[in-house]
Amino acid sequence: MRVRLSDLQPGDMAVIEDVALSEAEQQLLMRFGFFDGAEVRCSRRAPLGDPVVYSLDGSEVALRTETACRIFAWRVDGQTHEQMR
Amino acid sequence: MNLLLQTVPSSDARSQLQIRTVALIGPPNSGKTTLFNRLTKLRQKVGNYPGITVEQHTGVMALSDQEITVVDLPGVYSLNPHSEDERVAVNVLNGNMDGVPRPEAVLLVLDATSLTRHLSLAAPVIALGLPTLALLNMGDLLAKRSGSIDAVKLAGDLGIPVAIVSATMGTGLDAVSRFLQQANSPARTTLPIVQDVRECRKWAARVASESDYRPPLPPAWTRRFDDIFLHKVWGPLVFMIVVGAVFRTVFGLGQPLSNALQNLLTAIGQKVAPFIENDFLRSLLLDGIWKGVSSVLVFLPQILVLFLFVGLLEDSGYLARAALIADRTMSFVGLNGKAFIPLLSAYACAVPAIMASRTIENKRDRLATILIAPFMTCSARLPVYTLLIAAFIPERPVIGIFLESRALAMLLLYILGFAAAIGTAKILKSSVLKSTPAPFVLELPEYRWPTLRSIGLRLMDRGRVFVQQAGTVILLVSLLVWGLTNLPLHQGHPPALEDSVVAHLGHFIEPAIRPLGFNWKIGVGLLTSVVAREVIVGTLGTLYGRDPQTQSVSLQAALQHDLTFSGAMALLVFFAFAMQCTSTLAVVRRETNSWMWPVIQFIYMTGIAFLAAYMVNQTMALLH
Repeated sequence: MRVRLSDLQPGDMAVIEDVALSEAEQQLLMRFGFFDGAEVRCSRRAPLGDPVVYSLDGSEVALRTETACRIFAWRVDGQTHEQMR
Repeated sequence: MNLLLQTVPSSDARSQLQIRTVALIGPPNSGKTTLFNRLTKLRQKVGNYPGITVEQHTGVMALSDQEITVVDLPGVYSLNPHSEDERVAVNVLNGNMDGVPRPEAVLLVLDATSLTRHLSLAAPVIALGLPTLALLNMGDLLAKRSGSIDAVKLAGDLGIPVAIVSATMGTGLDAVSRFLQQANSPARTTLPIVQDVRECRKWAARVASESDYRPPLPPAWTRRFDDIFLHKVWGPLVFMIVVGAVFRTVFGLGQPLSNALQNLLTAIGQKVAPFIENDFLRSLLLDGIWKGVSSVLVFLPQILVLFLFVGLLEDSGYLARAALIADRTMSFVGLNGKAFIPLLSAYACAVPAIMASRTIENKRDRLATILIAPFMTCSARLPVYTLLIAAFIPERPVIGIFLESRALAMLLLYILGFAAAIGTAKILKSSVLKSTPAPFVLELPEYRWPTLRSIGLRLMDRGRVFVQQAGTVILLVSLLVWGLTNLPLHQGHPPALEDSVVAHLGHFIEPAIRPLGFNWKIGVGLLTSVVAREVIVGTLGTLYGRDPQTQSVSLQAALQHDLTFSGAMALLVFFAFAMQCTSTLAVVRRETNSWMWPVIQFIYMTGIAFLAAYMVNQTMALLH
């Protein structure tokens, strides 16, 4: 199912399809691992609900909802690779 | 795939080479420097590449009977010559850098714990066609945190040998010597167009997944700590406890230390005084230089205590969590969570706060933080507040035993400064410093024990910067103020204070400050307190001490006698806003690398202070 990254609930996995942000913002996000094809897991929300922490490529990175809602992804259903272990 | 256009030299061209120079390349934080130190056993030279600021590290590695030069290139994410670092890397690899021999082989260092990202550098490096060995560093951590990689598959995909190593543990490094003894050019393989960063990333993601790469999980205990520290209820609670503890310690431990240092410095001055026979020289050295410099040095203990805490929080990994929790609140004023620590530090002193703002990558956000930090109620304002509140506000309960009038006055002054900071941030962020919306991206590092060494280095560094400040700018301003108080000479003797240049200046500005309810003595105090806010207390002490009318009474009593209630309140408000601090101006100059911002800041803050004091004095005078 195609979702916005901000729609993911903690525990959900997704593969990024499109980062609909300006070139400069894309470059910055790329450096942290957010680019199309990357596998992302929503790991938790900040206590006040925003920002949200995502786990990708071995690190945990927080994004504000205003940024995450411009990143589109395919939600991967079923087992996340954490559960597989 | 249409992007796979480039191929490296065919396997026919593969040949064994004699390696004399090898380049070490990898993204920032790949552990490249640790590996470099391992390989060269610290036999290395550090210098600058000709004409630029990028540091050049070369070392020598012993390999059986020969020596190999190792060139450590700056950490880069790609080989597109956008930044100076990348230009250096490209030039060295192509043999176009004066004084650096062209490397015959490349060691590509990649962090195995974030391989998907780091792999994208492999494409342009392999495309160079030089014999390359990929070193997947931090392999021990990858395994420990239940990640994995199929190195054989990866080597097949990349067309170059791959070794899993750990630079910190020193494991797997024999692969380097084996590679250097018989290095081959890369095998034929398909690569993306290496100039296209996006295609490189996609290629990297595909290669990683084909090599069965499983990124590591955050360490289990990091996740368990975060379950508490980022918990809906416990998170904010812990946050507030931590902030409160930092605050209490900075004042509870820092303040007595500052007082002790003050006493020590005064005692030294008094001990030295009898040894200087010349009156003029003694006054210059002690009243001028020593007093001025020590009035600033006394803040050192507080600043060090503050930085000890900031260092502990940052190195342990908690600071990133604090920024995450604070972000929502900070976003209301257009700033992000990373501005939180500088602003908290500013309650002790704006100087370390401004230095701490370096962690904010967004230039405009950082500038906004620098510009608003001096509004926070720093500890230099406290002596002034204490004096005036004690002299003019009678002690009486406001809310039963919980709040009495003097504490309330102090609290109001704190709120006033905070409101000015927030208001200014709002104005700045919606006008001149409106940022191109650089997204807030915050990496949460794993928790670890802070090391004594790194905290010590940080304290030394911050302490040195502060003392340098006190030793230069403050020294000069103190000398200037001393000169103005002791000129013109009357028959070779300094004048009575009322006849000195500074008194004339006080009288000169009196018409301007009279509407604020200040007299010329306060005016002199305002002038001298440009060095540091609390200097006004000393100046007023001297002035009233020399005045026959107030000679015999305490400074509090003298002020009550000489200043109206509305004038005193106006003075408090003036100090809440005004930029009376040379150290801050100097550090803003240094951090923004221009005189424009400190000048604007001075005019803006002092302008607001002037207007606010004027309004307070006028309205209060009407009410009374």
